[in-house]
Amino acid sequence: MTNHWIDIKNADSILIMGSNAAEHHPISFKWVLEAKDKGATVMHVDPKFSRTSARSDFHVPLRSGTDIAFLGGMIKYILENDAYFKEYVVEYTNASLIVGKDFGFSDGLFTGYDAKTRSYDKSKWGFEMDENGVPKRDKTLKNPRCVFQLMKKHYSRYGIDAVSSTTGVSAENLLKVYKTYAATGKPDKAGTVMYALGWTQHTVGVQNIRSAGIIQLLLGNIGVAGGGINALRGEPNVQGSTDHALLYHIIPGYMAMPHNGWQTYDDYNKANTPVSRDPMSANWWQNKPKYFTSLLKAWYGDSATQENGFCYELLPKVEKGEDYSYMYLFDRMYRNKIRGGIIIGLNPMNSIPNTNKVRKALDNLDWLVASELHHSETTDNWHRPGVDPKKVKTEVFLLPSAHRLEKEGSVTNSGRWLLWHYQVVPPAFEAKPFGDMFVGFMQRLKALYAKEGGTLPEAVLKLDYPDKYDSDELCARINGRFTRDTKVGDKLYKKGQLVPSFAALQADGSTSSLNWLYTGSFTEEDGNKAKRRDTAQTDMQKAIGLYPNWAWCWPVNRRVLYNRASVDLNGKPYNPAKAVIEWKDGKWVGDVPDGGWPPLATGKGKLPFIMTVHGTGQLYGPGRMDGPFSEHYEPVETPVNSNMFSKQLSSPVYKFMSSDMDKLAKPADPNYPIVLTTYNVTEHWCGGGETRNIPNLLEAEPQLYVEMSPELAQEKGIKNGDGVIVESIRGRVEAIAMVTIRMRPLKVHGRIIHEIGMPFCFGWTTPGTGDSTNRLTSWVGDPNTTIPEFKACCVNIRKADKLTELAT
Amino acid sequence: MKIDRRSFMKLAGSGAACLTLGQLGVSLTPVRAYAGDLKISGAKEVVTVCPFCSVSCHIIGYVKEGKLVSTEGDPDYPINEGSLCAKGAAMLTMTTSHHRLQKPLYRAPYSDKWEEKSWDWMLDRIARRIKDTRDKDLILKNAKGDTVNRLESMFLLGTSHAGNEECAIAHQAMRGLGVVHMDHQARI
Repeated sequence: MTNHWIDIKNADSILIMGSNAAEHHPISFKWVLEAKDKGATVMHVDPKFSRTSARSDFHVPLRSGTDIAFLGGMIKYILENDAYFKEYVVEYTNASLIVGKDFGFSDGLFTGYDAKTRSYDKSKWGFEMDENGVPKRDKTLKNPRCVFQLMKKHYSRYGIDAVSSTTGVSAENLLKVYKTYAATGKPDKAGTVMYALGWTQHTVGVQNIRSAGIIQLLLGNIGVAGGGINALRGEPNVQGSTDHALLYHIIPGYMAMPHNGWQTYDDYNKANTPVSRDPMSANWWQNKPKYFTSLLKAWYGDSATQENGFCYELLPKVEKGEDYSYMYLFDRMYRNKIRGGIIIGLNPMNSIPNTNKVRKALDNLDWLVASELHHSETTDNWHRPGVDPKKVKTEVFLLPSAHRLEKEGSVTNSGRWLLWHYQVVPPAFEAKPFGDMFVGFMQRLKALYAKEGGTLPEAVLKLDYPDKYDSDELCARINGRFTRDTKVGDKLYKKGQLVPSFAALQADGSTSSLNWLYTGSFTEEDGNKAKRRDTAQTDMQKAIGLYPNWAWCWPVNRRVLYNRASVDLNGKPYNPAKAVIEWKDGKWVGDVPDGGWPPLATGKGKLPFIMTVHGTGQLYGPGRMDGPFSEHYEPVETPVNSNMFSKQLSSPVYKFMSSDMDKLAKPADPNYPIVLTTYNVTEHWCGGGETRNIPNLLEAEPQLYVEMSPELAQEKGIKNGDGVIVESIRGRVEAIAMVTIRMRPLKVHGRIIHEIGMPFCFGWTTPGTGDSTNRLTSWVGDPNTTIPEFKACCVNIRKADKLTELAT
Repeated sequence: MKIDRRSFMKLAGSGAACLTLGQLGVSLTPVRAYAGDLKISGAKEVVTVCPFCSVSCHIIGYVKEGKLVSTEGDPDYPINEGSLCAKGAAMLTMTTSHHRLQKPLYRAPYSDKWEEKSWDWMLDRIARRIKDTRDKDLILKNAKGDTVNRLESMFLLGTSHAGNEECAIAHQAMRGLGVVHMDHQARI
């Protein structure tokens, strides 16, 4: 989230799309309702009518996978009705930048496309620079090659008729949402966008969110109270686990994972440190070598020296351009290329697509370590229904894990607040925290390498790895320490003392930090700030519910990101009643500003979007794999065989697998005419691994069902409560029919298209509840993130003769 | 004196004998009498965070004689202000669920059953498995001759259930070993 949970109350308009916040983030809805009580309009755009829709001013059903068409229509509406916030767009976004002559777009493809490699040459999308290397600007926005004009042209194709026919949303409903939301383009109005997996889990997931980013920048809704792009992050500590990068492609603090093209520490820094010659741009990532070096110092301790490139050479290097995400891992496992691994607090045998394939792939492992609260479809895959354990070779180590109440430590919520949880009770039985497991085998490995040697033993032996799991001490390591006596300002810090802020991190080895974003969270002066429980606020902070003294928030306790875009060039808030920051008597008051420079009008200021190279919000985003503007493409499995906006039916760069088990239905396949979307329920958590084992939650939601419209049910001869079979080209699933007007038939491309919805939280280890819905979904992924397209695939449905997975 | 809802409850619950009625402006007698009958009276209060979605609601665990006797939303936390959803309200049963794994379990290749083992036995054997895999499969140079030091045949999946500190050392361990296949819930 650019903003935070409480801040939702400051919105004048709330667009909930790709999320069912009331059921999946129930407590967030407290703040939606508070905004609504104060007069905000709440809109829910989603295939299914849910509790979120029930409490919204209006619900607009749309076909899964058509969000860009819907949002593209809104961008056109905003531009053509002059509903955008002009000063903001001119001063703070890249609307005025001139795009280079190589950029173009024709019939669904941007320039630079190579059909053979299914990829774009992004160098075709750059900006024009002046003789000093500063981007050329036309603040009148008249130049036909400026971002503003190119954007206007691009989205001019998203007329109401084409959008309506694609999405299944009536023209009346489209205009109702567009008009209401566009009204937040006034300086003193704010609109917020709340989204979740309903946006990310598509082959155009990133561009769904980019579309919302464009809208928010046009309306001046980023950086302000009640605005922002707000990902309702789902998992318990998924913000923290992303910050600390349990991901193949980054290392902690959002820095790139080294690849084979960067052989040395200097290569890495050179390639990853952006350069801006624009005196107006803060270009914050120019500090990256300080953060990277501090991370290496934290990983390798005294072994990391200037002379040895801080042990950079020991680090693994991925192959440039290679993908090591789930999709590719399980495909390699299926092809017998993977020997063993660790799966903790995760149930991929239930919760990732094409489950039939991944379950079979797991059988190919020699060894598997799992750490869980309960048995799950993953831990017990070796004796799943239909499989003879005597034929499965995998050696399985299943460790009982402690849960949140049984251990202490910090987590980071969706609004980037760092929160401390104390140990309430000791771990039950012989359960232990994940931390003990990692320290346990790493200490053993260090001892083994010291004794026996092996391949590249120094990579393990030189690690400065903790010898016991102590969360408070690790918080200090994450924050970072001085490795020698250092003076910051007037203050002398001794070797071993905590670094007060990331501004004090250095690239010379004098500081260590496991994550620069968290530097400042644990200081000599204030201790571990995750533990702060102080509700004190100034009147200004209180007006928007900022709570700066409750816990701590990354970065540097800044609660609203890009907050210098909430003020004019003189530092005066665009909305004085809900000011985030203000320049007063020569300093900023309110939230921690995005850099302390004076307002831009002084001539000494910096543009507010400090994490981008040019300092501006990116209406035009040349860094993405699939284009600098968003474009509607059909989901890979689609009930239609044409695209209203171009000849390019699906994304030209989506990722896919090609094993014998990765089948895809052809477009408008008559065998699979129905759109399936998946979701969860309030009582269960994701794959259901924990919550199915909590008796009261299972009693509340006991069995797999499928929601369908009465019209579809009638067409198929299905009654409410009947057992049914749902089939895709990849698998079949049993479910109980729930016939409900919550699902509506949609008029798409001139005919009726049905959509059904199913939860995915049930699995065979909880007998009689059903088994993985993801046996139906497909392994195709977004080209930027490789997030699979869970939210739209094509299926058929029929009444079941008999049920074997469900208790009746 | 400034009394917010939470401090009021605390004072009332612990029977703040030194406070006069005038200090609080209300009579505590009925509140105290009621609190005396609750299963949480005299219990130690420990603040924790709900382990499900990223709203991260705060929860107070009530512990008596080392046992968790009740959980409820933390009224002081400015985000949930005491409220919880169905999952958050199920913390007590989650902790006491009879389905919990109790001991480390080992399944030998081609076996049809689990065997109980000690943590030490498991960690020794896991370390051996990792070392053998790494020593055999670590790729020092790629086809072009670039130094890559990567271990492709071993992976880590998970988890956003881990705390920040656990994630930090999980990442450090994996990169230290050379692991490149690493992923978790953030990508699904």
